[in-house]
Amino acid sequence: MDKVTDIEGRAIPYGAKNVDTDVIIPAHWLKTISREGLGQGAFETVRAQDGNVFDDPELAGAPILIAGDNFGCGSSREHAAWALLDLGIKAVIAPSFSDIFSGNAFKNGILTVELPQEQVDRLLEVAQTDPVNIDLETQTVTTPFQDRFTFEVDPFRKHCLLQGLDEIGLTLERDTAITNYESRQARDMPWLAEGTRERAA
Amino acid sequence: MASRPLTLYEKIWNTHVVETRDDGTSILFIDRHLVHEVTSPQAFEALRMAGRKVRRPELTLAVPDHNLPTTARIDAQGKRLPIADPQSAAQLAALEANAPAFGIEYIDATAPAQGIVHVVGPEQGFSLPGTTIVCGDSHTAAHGGVGALAFGIGTSEVEHVLATQTLQLKRSKTMEVRVDGQLRPGVTSKDLILHIIGTIGTAGGTGHVIEYRGEVFEAMSVESRLTVCNMSIEGGARAGLIAPDETVFAYLKGRKYAPKGENWDRAVAWWKTLRTDEGATFDKSVRIDAATIEPCVTWGTSPEDVVPIGGTVPAPESFTDPAKQEAARKSLDYMGLTPGTPMREIPVENIFIGSCTNSRIEDLRAAAAVLRGKHKADGVKWAIVVPGSGLVKAQAEAEGLDRIFTEAGFEWREPGCSACLGMNPDKVPAGERCASTSNRNFVGRQGPGSRTHLVSPAMAAAAAVTGKLTDVRELVD
Repeated sequence: MDKVTDIEGRAIPYGAKNVDTDVIIPAHWLKTISREGLGQGAFETVRAQDGNVFDDPELAGAPILIAGDNFGCGSSREHAAWALLDLGIKAVIAPSFSDIFSGNAFKNGILTVELPQEQVDRLLEVAQTDPVNIDLETQTVTTPFQDRFTFEVDPFRKHCLLQGLDEIGLTLERDTAITNYESRQARDMPWLAEGTRERAA
Repeated sequence: MASRPLTLYEKIWNTHVVETRDDGTSILFIDRHLVHEVTSPQAFEALRMAGRKVRRPELTLAVPDHNLPTTARIDAQGKRLPIADPQSAAQLAALEANAPAFGIEYIDATAPAQGIVHVVGPEQGFSLPGTTIVCGDSHTAAHGGVGALAFGIGTSEVEHVLATQTLQLKRSKTMEVRVDGQLRPGVTSKDLILHIIGTIGTAGGTGHVIEYRGEVFEAMSVESRLTVCNMSIEGGARAGLIAPDETVFAYLKGRKYAPKGENWDRAVAWWKTLRTDEGATFDKSVRIDAATIEPCVTWGTSPEDVVPIGGTVPAPESFTDPAKQEAARKSLDYMGLTPGTPMREIPVENIFIGSCTNSRIEDLRAAAAVLRGKHKADGVKWAIVVPGSGLVKAQAEAEGLDRIFTEAGFEWREPGCSACLGMNPDKVPAGERCASTSNRNFVGRQGPGSRTHLVSPAMAAAAAVTGKLTDVRELVD
């Protein structure tokens, strides 16, 4: 996974509340068996309207998306994160995110930045004309106008993003602990293996 | 020494923690993993590329559901019919190849046990009380109906579970939704969960696991509990659960993967301890009086846009939050609705009875009871019933429900997710309305331009008969 440090550039001022993953990537795009190319279907219904922010030529290649409350609610489809990545989005700023979406974003190296609504409103205003900077190391969002907003980020997620770490690789390093757990479970809850043991044979 | 009183969620969580790091992140053991064709191909591909194998293949069960057409799957000679859409066919073929390649049991698209993952899990006794259950689908919350901690995951997490049989997670906050009293006649578990979502909002449960408590849930069948827990995600909660009891034990006993003999007795003894302790506290608590709940219907494009069937389309100005006012204006524009219109005057052209929320035998019985001896209205162009599994379908046919549906003008289909998410050919045409027993009324969810009104199975059947959204209590005595 690519390391995430400093994200600087134009930000798409979207701002809508309760954006669900069906809006980010409609279901008919989910028939793929690959992670690539989903940017074409990203925000399809929004982009069907003239003058939408996603097709503004000034914002082409913008690495940041600014959205409203409860971004990424609904379906667990990771295709939503893949579609954003394919659009070139490296960070999303919103007042809040759905739990599943923020996990999916993190696992694809997309930074989710939670800021209070009034700060998001200010960034939506700046984004109309100017770039936004996100520094993960110092956990700050800045603009060319001296705005400086700090955000919280889970320390483990921050570490993984900064180092570009593979979470599965990290968990596999704990193999002994997992094996010990499995032995305890087999002893204390033998019923959990019953139906499954015959299937493994 | 007595420990701090714990909630049900905390008990299941604690039992599954492999270890916890200083920052509070735990490695959580996963007991059961369900895999379907849409969110798994990239996970298997990644395992292959990294040279990783599946740690405990026997704890995973694979079944196709999301993308499968619901038209006949075999011809008169018993030969399998091809899937017309090449992308759908490729996705199904990928699961058919990946499951055996990684040693995972696979339920074939034509097998009697095939169905929607969240119907199949409990029905096969694969989903058990007190277990951790995951699936690459947000409606995995449904399995909380048997007292499991069950939640949806993304494809990277599917890969993580396959490779390690664990997930890295932080403990959620706890939320209690307590419903006291009894539901009135004609009010179902679907109306109840719609009412709850309308009350707490689609972000009301974000960061929390909901425990549904109170006599209403204790009196419910397992099917109804699955319906309630299923839509926890529409209230923002990744998981929702109900304490397992004798109703659940009786439901599970004898099912294919449920424990047997001495193991069954040991399991039940532990399952009986899975209740929130007296004195345990929740981070958030909501109380609802069951007697105040009417049959519900949605008017907008968010599952929180709920009104009683006797209500009217709300005016955007009636909301205090300016962002919600704007969202309501957009919703009404998309839905083609005018504020003040009585919900019971809204015509519907399509009826969908199915989805992981409402496709179990109890749901089909409730809809058939309304339709018996009646026919869909002329204005209803398309009405389909999609049973949740092959076993539900067979049971319904044994009870003659399929004939009630077809005589009422419904199509009787093969099991799958179907028009709930508009991935397969079952779609609602642009600009048309659908009274749907599914779980999401999002823009374009049932097909581009489709307009969804979420209802219970009985209410969907009532709408079919009259051709408009209807209070089912007016059709039955």
